[in-house]
Amino acid sequence: MDKIIIKMKKEVSDKIIEICDRFNNQPGELINVLHQTQDYLGYLPAEAQELIAERLHIPTAKVYGVVSFYSFFTMVPKGKYPISVCMGTACYVRGAEKILDAFTNELKIPVGETDKDGIFSLTSLRCVGACGLAPVALVDGKVFGRLAPANVKDIIKEYREKED
Amino acid sequence: MASYKYHILLCGGTGCTASESPKIKENFQQILAEKNLSEDVQVVTTGCFGFCEKGPIVKILPDNTFYTQVKPEDCREIVDEHIVKGRKVIRLLYENPENKEHISDSKHMGFYKKQMRIALRNCGFIDPENIDEYIARDGYKALASVLEQNDPAATIDIIKKSGLRGRGGAGFPTGLKWELCAKNSADQKYMICNADEGDPGAFMDRSILEGDPHSIIEAMAIGGFCIGATIGLVYIRAEYPLAIHRLQVAIDQAREYGLLGNNIFGTDFSFDIILRYGAGAFVCGEETALIHSMEGQRGEPTFKPPFPAVSGYMKKPSNVNNVETFANIPVIINKGWEWFSSIGTEKSKGTKVFALAGQINNVGLIEVPMGITLREVIYEIGGGIKGGKKFKAVQTGGPSGGCLTEKFLDTPIDYDNLVAAGSMMGSGGMIVMDETSCMVSVAKFYLDFTVEESCGKCTPCRVGNKRLSEILDRITKGNGTMEDLALLKNLSKVIKDTALCGLGQTSPNPVLSTIDNFWDEYVAHVTEKKCPAGQCKALKQYVINAEACKGCTACARNCPVGAIKGTVKMPHEINQELCIKCGTCIEKCKFNAISII
Repeated sequence: MDKIIIKMKKEVSDKIIEICDRFNNQPGELINVLHQTQDYLGYLPAEAQELIAERLHIPTAKVYGVVSFYSFFTMVPKGKYPISVCMGTACYVRGAEKILDAFTNELKIPVGETDKDGIFSLTSLRCVGACGLAPVALVDGKVFGRLAPANVKDIIKEYREKED
Repeated sequence: MASYKYHILLCGGTGCTASESPKIKENFQQILAEKNLSEDVQVVTTGCFGFCEKGPIVKILPDNTFYTQVKPEDCREIVDEHIVKGRKVIRLLYENPENKEHISDSKHMGFYKKQMRIALRNCGFIDPENIDEYIARDGYKALASVLEQNDPAATIDIIKKSGLRGRGGAGFPTGLKWELCAKNSADQKYMICNADEGDPGAFMDRSILEGDPHSIIEAMAIGGFCIGATIGLVYIRAEYPLAIHRLQVAIDQAREYGLLGNNIFGTDFSFDIILRYGAGAFVCGEETALIHSMEGQRGEPTFKPPFPAVSGYMKKPSNVNNVETFANIPVIINKGWEWFSSIGTEKSKGTKVFALAGQINNVGLIEVPMGITLREVIYEIGGGIKGGKKFKAVQTGGPSGGCLTEKFLDTPIDYDNLVAAGSMMGSGGMIVMDETSCMVSVAKFYLDFTVEESCGKCTPCRVGNKRLSEILDRITKGNGTMEDLALLKNLSKVIKDTALCGLGQTSPNPVLSTIDNFWDEYVAHVTEKKCPAGQCKALKQYVINAEACKGCTACARNCPVGAIKGTVKMPHEINQELCIKCGTCIEKCKFNAISII
């Protein structure tokens, strides 16, 4: 494999190399390496995947194949406050679709995207396991349960105020 | 544990944690310290009590008082009244919905009366992060006796005779699975725990891992000894941070106590457990896909045979069992196969854990003996349908299962009966739906899930399910034809017969079972262009009843698209072309003058 040109900051690439080393650069540890890299960077940009491929001695296509296969991995940077609306069955039958609609209307971004200021990003996910609180949304890791579409405005406002 | 006068048990499951149970613990500890009671009262965070609907739950021992929906600010009253003065805080006790009486002991609640806890035996009783509490409840006793007896074949025989079947959904006999793997000789074998609980709306495995992680470690070691494996792997969802944490703590403690590692209990048997994280792919619950994912590959299934018992992880003989299956193992060894096989039905022994959710009063985690009826589960344990609405269907088996109607309510629940009724046991999700659920939309919801989760390897699943979802989409938008209905059935059968793995082979089940049980509803969507449940946006119209409308203008003022016109004190009208069917007008109308047709 040709030596690739890495455009990211040295401290970032050093950290990724350290993660790969932690797993002895074993190709079988690819998923663990990706988990830790995403923990660190918040997402998995193309350059990070190229670097991981080089360290683990596997084709970049294979790394990309794994990244794109699993829904947990993302190539889009998340917002400062990532919002995930649970679309598990329990939430669905208790009106999760309306909650998701309310978030898209309020944030004016479609599901899977981040707003232009990088404050909020919106995704849907399958079951956080808090079915007793359905419908549920996670905002920056905090669970908001028993939601009604009317609550969405207040939640966004609460986080916007934190920013100001 | 004996030196404490009281124990305050606090639910630390994901649901209750989300409702501030950590803050409740902090408050209790602070208040107890203030009153110099920290030596007399122990505050313990346990696993899930199951009654998530009424969380956060606080239980006080020794008198077994069960407080529901406790808020952080209630802690002081509980300490002042209950702990100091010995008086129960009546307002926080569970109220029987029938006679409004307060019940203090969970044993007498409808939700718990018919339950039988085997897999969940320790959830809500012990601190999952303290190995001593597990040991105090006969923990690791089964492993000790199995190792002492030193006869893997005899142990496998016990599991076979117990009649335990795989709790992940398919129901393959566990003992037989172990025997098949034990027969193959190799320099290395693997005991794998499938904790990739991907079924949306199911949280059984997570609750066991969070509430009783040592039972899984003990069972994996027993299984490892039986099949001749020295390494155990747990494939766990990355979306379950709390379960991962508890399991890791438990593994570290077990190593420290010499219950994992070399020469366990001074025998020749060595066994250790490694965690592998999933990354959000439903298909990875399928054992061959799971194995590929653990090897760092895309989680695509492969054709069986070869079965994992012959060539699994790293091409070595491997055995994959589900979390709940493992949770049953130590009890079967301790209490004997005769005891276990006396519970349940002829072909399905023991109990099953279900995550009861949806439009039901008591959402939560339940464990019931096989053979209980759906009616008992929904009406006695579940407390009936929310808001007094009418029961319509119950969905079992997740995206691979089907919807069962009223006529199946008295069918005893076991593996075979559910399959015969057109659904399946699945991992244990049980979603109850009322009359407001549109069954075509429900089928579409599951199909969309399958389309998203299909790994794309085989054509029937990748393309076929996409087509099914498109047809369903047409029907919910009022553009379906009767030919579409025939096509749905036909294509579903083709996918079932030709898909590569269990995901594709079962993915049309939600379509087929809703067509079978709710044919009229499909026909109404197609011929009358109506959604009887009033859920399909494209098929509903909001209308104002001129007689009931007082002309208060609340609807017109709140309509986001200005589709409602009318003058004050005169009946209003909705412009159907502008209406986006958001439902705001119905919410705002104080006179019930707006209806959906």
